Amino acid sequence: MFRHLLILALGLGLAGAVQAQDLQPVLQTHADEIAKPSRGSVSIALDDLIATGAPQVSDFLERWQNKGVWQRDDDGIFYFADESGDDLALQDIDSGAQLVVPADGFTQLKPNGGVRRLIGTALVQFQLTDPDADRRSTAVDSIARRPDESQLAPLLKSIDGEADKQLKARKIQLANFLSASFAPDASDRIAAINSMSTDTSIEARAVLNQILTVTTSVSATEPEGNVARILTVGGDLSQSEAYGRLVDAGLAPPVIAPNDIRDALAANVVDGRAGGMPTAQLNTQAAREKAYAALAQAGTVPPLVTMDEQRAATENHIFFERYTEETPAITEAARAALDRIETRVGVAQTVDLTLDALSLASIYFLAAIGLAITFGVMGVINMAHGEFIMMGAYTGYVVQLFVPDYTVSIIVALPLAFAITFAAGVVMERLVIRHLYHRPLETLLATFGISIALQQLAKNIFGTQARPLTSPAWLDGALVFSDVIQISYIRIAIFVLALLFLGLILFVLKRTRLGLEVRAVTQNPGMAASMGINPDRINMLTFGLGSGIAGIAGVAIGLYAKVTSEMGADYIVQSFMTVVVGGVGNVWGTLAGASLIGFLQKGIEWFNPSNTLAAQTYMVLFIILFIQFRPKGIVAQKGRAAAD
Amino acid sequence: MRKTFISENPSILWFIGLLGLFTLAVVVGSEATGTGLISTSMVKTLGKTLCLCLIAIAMDVVWGYCGILSLGHFAFFGIGGYAIGMWLMYARTEIIVLNSLEGQIIPPTSQEVTDAIGNQIFGVVGSSEFPWLWALSDSLFLQLLMVALVPGLLALVFGWLAFRSRVTGVYLSILTQAMTLALSLWLFQNDSGLRGNNGLSGLQNIPGFEQTPQAVISLVFFLGSALALALGYLLFAWVVSGKMGSVVQGIRDNEARVRFLGYRVESYKLFIFTLTAVVSGIAGALYYPQAGIINPAELATIASIYLAVWVAIGGRGRLYGAVIGAAFVSLLSSWFTGGGAPAIDLGFYTILWTDWWLVLLGVSFVCVTLFFPKGIGGLFDYLIRKPS
Amino acid sequence: MKYFNKFATCATVALMGSTSIALAECADPVKLGVLHSLSGTMAISETTLKDTMLMLVEQQNAKGGVLGCQIEAVVVDPASDWPLFAEKARELLTVNEVDVIFGNWTSVSRKSVLPVIEELNGLLFYPVQYEGEESSKNVFYTGAAPNQQAIPAVDYFLEELGVEKFALLGTDYVYPRTTNNILEQYLKDKGIAAEDIFVNYTPFGHSDWATIVGDVVALGEDGKQVGVISTINGDANIGFYKELAAADVSADDIPVVAFSVGEEELSGLDTTNLVGHLAAWNYFMSADTPANAEFIKTWQDFIGSTDRVTNDPMEAHYIGFNMWVNAVEKAGTTDVDAVRTAMYGQTFPNLTGGTAEMLVNHHLSKPVLIGEITADGQFDIISQTDPVPGDAWTDFLPESAVLMSDWKDLGCGMYNTETKSCVQLTSNY
Repeated sequence: MFRHLLILALGLGLAGAVQAQDLQPVLQTHADEIAKPSRGSVSIALDDLIATGAPQVSDFLERWQNKGVWQRDDDGIFYFADESGDDLALQDIDSGAQLVVPADGFTQLKPNGGVRRLIGTALVQFQLTDPDADRRSTAVDSIARRPDESQLAPLLKSIDGEADKQLKARKIQLANFLSASFAPDASDRIAAINSMSTDTSIEARAVLNQILTVTTSVSATEPEGNVARILTVGGDLSQSEAYGRLVDAGLAPPVIAPNDIRDALAANVVDGRAGGMPTAQLNTQAAREKAYAALAQAGTVPPLVTMDEQRAATENHIFFERYTEETPAITEAARAALDRIETRVGVAQTVDLTLDALSLASIYFLAAIGLAITFGVMGVINMAHGEFIMMGAYTGYVVQLFVPDYTVSIIVALPLAFAITFAAGVVMERLVIRHLYHRPLETLLATFGISIALQQLAKNIFGTQARPLTSPAWLDGALVFSDVIQISYIRIAIFVLALLFLGLILFVLKRTRLGLEVRAVTQNPGMAASMGINPDRINMLTFGLGSGIAGIAGVAIGLYAKVTSEMGADYIVQSFMTVVVGGVGNVWGTLAGASLIGFLQKGIEWFNPSNTLAAQTYMVLFIILFIQFRPKGIVAQKGRAAAD
Repeated sequence: MRKTFISENPSILWFIGLLGLFTLAVVVGSEATGTGLISTSMVKTLGKTLCLCLIAIAMDVVWGYCGILSLGHFAFFGIGGYAIGMWLMYARTEIIVLNSLEGQIIPPTSQEVTDAIGNQIFGVVGSSEFPWLWALSDSLFLQLLMVALVPGLLALVFGWLAFRSRVTGVYLSILTQAMTLALSLWLFQNDSGLRGNNGLSGLQNIPGFEQTPQAVISLVFFLGSALALALGYLLFAWVVSGKMGSVVQGIRDNEARVRFLGYRVESYKLFIFTLTAVVSGIAGALYYPQAGIINPAELATIASIYLAVWVAIGGRGRLYGAVIGAAFVSLLSSWFTGGGAPAIDLGFYTILWTDWWLVLLGVSFVCVTLFFPKGIGGLFDYLIRKPS
Repeated sequence: MKYFNKFATCATVALMGSTSIALAECADPVKLGVLHSLSGTMAISETTLKDTMLMLVEQQNAKGGVLGCQIEAVVVDPASDWPLFAEKARELLTVNEVDVIFGNWTSVSRKSVLPVIEELNGLLFYPVQYEGEESSKNVFYTGAAPNQQAIPAVDYFLEELGVEKFALLGTDYVYPRTTNNILEQYLKDKGIAAEDIFVNYTPFGHSDWATIVGDVVALGEDGKQVGVISTINGDANIGFYKELAAADVSADDIPVVAFSVGEEELSGLDTTNLVGHLAAWNYFMSADTPANAEFIKTWQDFIGSTDRVTNDPMEAHYIGFNMWVNAVEKAGTTDVDAVRTAMYGQTFPNLTGGTAEMLVNHHLSKPVLIGEITADGQFDIISQTDPVPGDAWTDFLPESAVLMSDWKDLGCGMYNTETKSCVQLTSNY
């Protein structure tokens, strides 16, 4: 009861004080549209709201856009409101009076994305000169999303007063775009267009492409207007396409399709015969056409259009594209500017593709580098290598469960992942691999057994669902050179990590006592042992090192993709191929292999962008062929060490 | 020849005899002809297991006898399945389409029939074009030929390239694994024309035998699989005995030495590789009509590794070992994963075998490799031959 | 059928009169098969549905079961292995002799089961949104057909968001392929030029999204509003959304609507960067109705965790199961043919409000909801249509437009309206 009274009081008290500049009456006239707005129809309400000129309009629009407006179900009155638990902190739109009520009986307004964008556009005029820089930048974003002729003047006006340098530059750029499309004077437009010819941003290209919009058309006489180009039949257009356009333009009779022939015949069966032929014989296209011709002769159906007639019809017409922009000078300038931009974009795309390929190569390298040690240097096939990657990634996940700060957790996770997988590697080497050094094929099988057991264990512990491994905020986002060239920070981090490991491993192998001993043991264990090196210990450490690096790779891969129990399996075959292609026994070889595979895959993807799977297939095929012709890999080992 | 060959290998008689008894028992127990003690789904499972045994002996010959650890034989198995599946789908759909077009006033042209079939088969994957791969699918004879020919040719070309470049040992294993990966990736694409991830389904419905109950069809396939296994066993037993067998085993033990003795090692390896691929294809062609569906997941690289696992557990270098391994592990596998095994309640934790079976398999596999390199078959030998 | 006459027996018992059978039948309780993967790649999604079924059965048994009998749930594990689905379905129908099966998630598993179900005249309730182009006499499709999810979402893109250029990104398998095929045709009919539709397929679990996201962003170079229709499946979504966030693509610039991303999938993601991107379903956990609140509470009590979410396929099972119970009560037997006839026209309230109705083409009529991702991993419902009748054969592909499904009067799931003939009685698998 008390609650009802409260609501009543609120309704009376707040809505009662209607003034001339009140928004609520206007909102009520458009109540349905405001409550359930649609992009196609909301502009009327928006226009009316702005026309009131009330100071609270911009506030209302902003709240509305951010789902901060609620409607009372009983009487349809709109309020600003903030939800806290089951309660609503209401605020009257006009008077600003505040009250807290239970949320029952109120409905939140949720304008969809399209409407929100329109509201944003309507807000531009209020926000463009707002003292708050964030609001101004929102306004600028809104203009960029929906460039509109009416925005040009206010935008130009706001440039001079703009204090923020970055924002000012952005405003000038946008003003330029708007002038190119909407400036009243052709020379202004051309000047704006010319100034854009070095801008590779998508927005600039969008503006130019919009100016260069064409419509295709056909005419029997010389085309008029700002013609973009004449289309040649057989070249730009196929014969059937061209004829189809003639039919669409009503300039030629439509072709009778095989199905229509069949239907026409079926409709004209008399005594089991159609077009003079028994229906049983009409089971070839030729027979059907003959029967149809007979029907056409009798005038019961429209005649077939022969190929010759089609050809004659297309030859008598000119097919062309016409710019919707009528001034040739403008389209010429735009064309020239766009051509120049496109050359730059082409170069930029190549650079971007190279960056992507480098990034992919570094991921492959990181996944394979541990293997380059265990398989490449020691010659041990470890099918469970992928599972060490997985263990590393799960280590990262578990650390994040306990350490909420993402930066700290990554710093903890990297060495921890190394430690855990190092230990796992050592245990595996001691228990299993040690006994199988002379039976490489059986190592493959035994480690495969370990691989499936570990994978299933991970499933039992962590479940089959992908687990999040969130990167710290400073790794979010991308390094943006231009709209075309950009690369996410996380990929750069992986690249750096890969470089670090390359350096580290080279250092360990070439410059340390351990490295020397490793090389000695791999080359000749017997001789090494007689020189006082303990091969058992060296093998154990080397294997642990390779496994530990896989663990770190796991953290990195988990950061950029996902953590699942099957993530290792995704990389294992590829990693082996990387090592084999590169050349066994050489870390540089692994680098070469990873680069080759990374670049190759991106190259194939570029040729066939709609099917990533095909790219992977062709890449594997290429690798198979490559190994057939260069079995020792890119960087082949020479001399005695090369013997199996 | 035949006489001495069999008398030299008494295990063949034992094997054929046991297989015959087993087959007889299933026929008597089946629902189609006998008491109905064995359900139709059990008959299908047993028939499929026989096909797996067949590919396992092929694997044993190529690995256990010739020393080539091929991780690609399950790909050949799959190709065989696809080859027969194409005919089964085409012929089944053709009957449906012809029936539905029968009533039309104007009889359909052959093009219209083909289009309708294409639309039926590929409609579910968003296409209606007939890919070139299906050019021969209307002929049972030609597709049966493909069952043997495609895996054979693929193995021949692949083997020729690999053996010629002297790719051996683990490198060859990785290479065959890459081949399997490439094939399954290719099949996963819808653009390849084999219905992508969906694969070919409804293969248990044999065109022309729509009215025959599955109980009968499954029994026929079971008998066919048993016959194929018997013949395959004979064939391989013959191949690995005699001079040929000695050379092949010599290659396994020391390839260089055999080469120095003047044998053309590559040719022998190529022969064994190709022959086993063909048999794998045939095994696949018998397997998938019983399974009912083939899709690229069947060809995943892991399947070929499992095949090696079966052979290793069963015991390499003895054909019956492969049979034991395949039958034992695959049946045990389906028993455990099918929820047949009782859960073990430890009080604080309940071991569900669907979760823990793979762990057990993995660990037992490591143990077999470490402690019983001869597998179950080795145990067998030990028990039987001890007295002598 | 000749060999397994369980159903015949059932029918005979039913004929003997419904008053005296309660006791006789309860010696042999009503059996319900649950055919969802409990291990393997699909376990994550399907285990939830198995639990949902167990919950629904428990609830119903507490209410006294069906036909006065307790329902016994028979759970099997097809282990995400498609051939095994067929094997397990056969076991359920012949060895366990279940009266109805609730199961399957992926299309390929359904195609694997279809021949078996049709051969043995079983009854399957399939709860997941799928690509359509199928109608089986023995399957009730309680998930969305393309016209109940994809088409309304595209309409929303066209009308509400003003999207002029579409990127159709999908995982390379049958659902995205067919859906994208239908959408391409639909968009062309709506006047979108072929060059304004970009299609890309990636493998399952794809992780290298940088190039593709770059390509999508570059689509905006001709000044048209770009929108992404995503049929990307499962884990691959994680990498995709991460890359979107890294490239700073906000929902205001390039909106993404996903058909395979629900509450369950979002629980593996940090959604702060995804706020505003969309998903289309027939159900969202955030639906504000008393029935939904009760369903969520029952579910969380049953599973013993308040963290567990509910999702669209769960609602589909909820509706499907209750309709089946009502149909069995109406038919007075669990005989498949009788139950099927009783199913037509069955209605049951949706959890999101309104009423679902089972149509003669074995699909439901259900409302379509579009939700925006919120920061807490839920969806904010911003659009809800009137109930849309599910369409087995799409109207937007010429080969399918002439087909219709009517199991009640025409008795045919693939009826060609042009030639006025039934193409086939079995479904195409």
